[in-house]
Amino acid sequence: MASAVVTLGFVSMVTDISSESVAAILPLYLTGVLGLSTISYGFVDALYHGVSALVRIGGGWAADRGGHPKWVALLGYGTSAVARVFLLFSTGLSAIATVVAVDRVGKGLRTAPRDAMIADASADADRGRAFGVHRALDTTGAAIGPLMAFAVLWWIPDGYLTVMVISLGFALLGVALLGLLVPDRSASAPRPARRPATWREVARPALVKLLTLAGVLGLLTVGDGFIYLALLDRGGFAAHWFPLLYVGTNLAYLSLAVPFGRLADRVGKGKVLVAAHVALLGSYLTAAFAWWVTLATALALLLLGMFYAASDGVIAALASRLSADHVRASSIAAAQTVVAVARMASSAVFGVLWFLLGPQAALVAVGAALLLVLPIAFTAASSLDREPTPAP
Amino acid sequence: MSRRARVATFMALALVVLCGVTAYAVASAVRYHRTHDRPPTVATVTDDAAVDAMSEPRILFRHTGIDERYGRVAVVSLVDPGGARAFTPVSCDRVYATSEVESCLRTERGVVTEYSLTEYDDRWHQLQQVPVPGIPSRTRLSPDGSLVATTTFVSGHSYMQVGFSTATEIRDVDGDSHGDLEKFDLVLLGRHVVPRDRNVWGVTFGPDDNTFYATVGTGGETYLVRGDLRARTLTSVADDVECPSLSPDGTRIAFKQASRRDGRTWWTPAVLDLAHGRRTVLSGETRDVDDQIEWLDRDTVLYGVGREDEPGVSDVWELDTSSDARPRLLIEQAWSPAVVR
Repeated sequence: MASAVVTLGFVSMVTDISSESVAAILPLYLTGVLGLSTISYGFVDALYHGVSALVRIGGGWAADRGGHPKWVALLGYGTSAVARVFLLFSTGLSAIATVVAVDRVGKGLRTAPRDAMIADASADADRGRAFGVHRALDTTGAAIGPLMAFAVLWWIPDGYLTVMVISLGFALLGVALLGLLVPDRSASAPRPARRPATWREVARPALVKLLTLAGVLGLLTVGDGFIYLALLDRGGFAAHWFPLLYVGTNLAYLSLAVPFGRLADRVGKGKVLVAAHVALLGSYLTAAFAWWVTLATALALLLLGMFYAASDGVIAALASRLSADHVRASSIAAAQTVVAVARMASSAVFGVLWFLLGPQAALVAVGAALLLVLPIAFTAASSLDREPTPAP
Repeated sequence: MSRRARVATFMALALVVLCGVTAYAVASAVRYHRTHDRPPTVATVTDDAAVDAMSEPRILFRHTGIDERYGRVAVVSLVDPGGARAFTPVSCDRVYATSEVESCLRTERGVVTEYSLTEYDDRWHQLQQVPVPGIPSRTRLSPDGSLVATTTFVSGHSYMQVGFSTATEIRDVDGDSHGDLEKFDLVLLGRHVVPRDRNVWGVTFGPDDNTFYATVGTGGETYLVRGDLRARTLTSVADDVECPSLSPDGTRIAFKQASRRDGRTWWTPAVLDLAHGRRTVLSGETRDVDDQIEWLDRDTVLYGVGREDEPGVSDVWELDTSSDARPRLLIEQAWSPAVVR
């Protein structure tokens, strides 16, 4: 394992501790301290997601064009760190909404260049594992962040500002770690003379096929928020532990990311990516037919964790495999953007289904569609696994 | 810079960040414990007196002075609300009470933060504690103390889902839940509807342990609905009413009326006459009031208002229900008032 991958993993870990600690306490802070109640509170989520998607493409493109993914990633991490400084002085809702938006811009900017760096630092046969290691560390941060934040509030009941200061500290550590200890180019793999990236080279037939596959599967991917709400709907265990369900998903995700990455290296990244959606289908059905709510909740979280572990890093590894070196960041960005936009559309449609059919029937309906698509997706993914790696 | 120099620079930076953050955290902990170790600045009576106070007409509330009693439920006599307060042994984020029962919504802090509803008898013996799915917002009891309603904010828990919805349910005190009110049949303006974005909040009970009122929000509009617990229906009776509170004689609803000011929602107390549909906006109150209003008597309402310059501190104000009345401070350092006659 290249040390750059592990270092990038730690960069993501401290950055996730930073962002998730604040995200976890933000609702309490807004209602408890700023005294905002539910209805006055209208984050324009879709707009932010749209901005984030555009920025993501831009980040990948800039990384390829400039040939220095590290500096683009550093700009992204730096933007989020600066946002944390402003968070300390934000008191109104609109100020906080702006800071959160800037933070998301930073996140959009850094993701594709960073993933391109992970891909650059590892050989194709090992990339599933490399992304697995990175995602495991990243998710460890996402699991630690909220727990740390609540521990601080336990110690200092009005310590929201303290959480924000700690969050800023972790954000700075992430920037410093990336800036000082991650090399811009993998020393072991010197690049051939740089060619300017063009969209024509990004849009190779194999990558377009992957984007189509990812888009179709994304349209049938219901956000985990809905799965949690479906479980909450059954009452009992899920209601008691509702604020913690995502911790369960994260634990499953971080412990399975490396094994599933290695599996993807062995049997084919496309096949594992599609198999991830079998786990997703399992989580729909478990949440829909939760006869024994305690067991169903645990099982649904495990399946969701499996889904993320077998899809998030694996799709980046697959996009890396199907793209030439000099358009890698753009290709990863394209795949991730397609997934994000498709899931956004899916959430909007699923919201309608939820109230027309009820949570159970809506999940079964989407699950049935997913079941129909899976065999075709599997065939397509297998052919992607047989694609030769493009010449550099 | 050589690799070794970079590692050294990073280590030095990490040490500075670690020390800085730790120093800040310890300083805030020390400040917190200093400010929360001092006795209340308002007049108090001994805890024994709280037992006596619990037997006469009274107002219960959450004490919000930044001191060792922050968050405790306190009691004042109804004949002298501005007088000395007696503290009960219980802390709540939101509290409501009848002569026999208290309901208490609480944030259970810890590495694992949870939220709960606890029901107590009039001696503060716990009847039942149940988890609630989100951050405490409102709680009310029916007049005879047999039903309890709770509204909590269920929040997203990642950057991908910042946003709120409410969860509102009615329970039998010391018994089971009647379920989420969002699942009741909804009739708006005479038509059965199943909007996907509905939210229900702010329950107030009628005297018969079946009728209640609440707010339903959907499509950017809010409605006052009359609920029928046995039939499991919600039927709209007015629009633009939030957090209703039924007057003791059952003829009027006090609520907060939304308007737009400086690009945000601004709430003003108002009263709706149920028989005639006449509404009086109490515009003598010029501040933003975000609370479920409580009736002090036939012509006076109570509500909490946070202090602008002191985060976490609030006061309870009284306001006459004639349109141009001015609010008067009733109980300082207080929130979530409940009048027990």
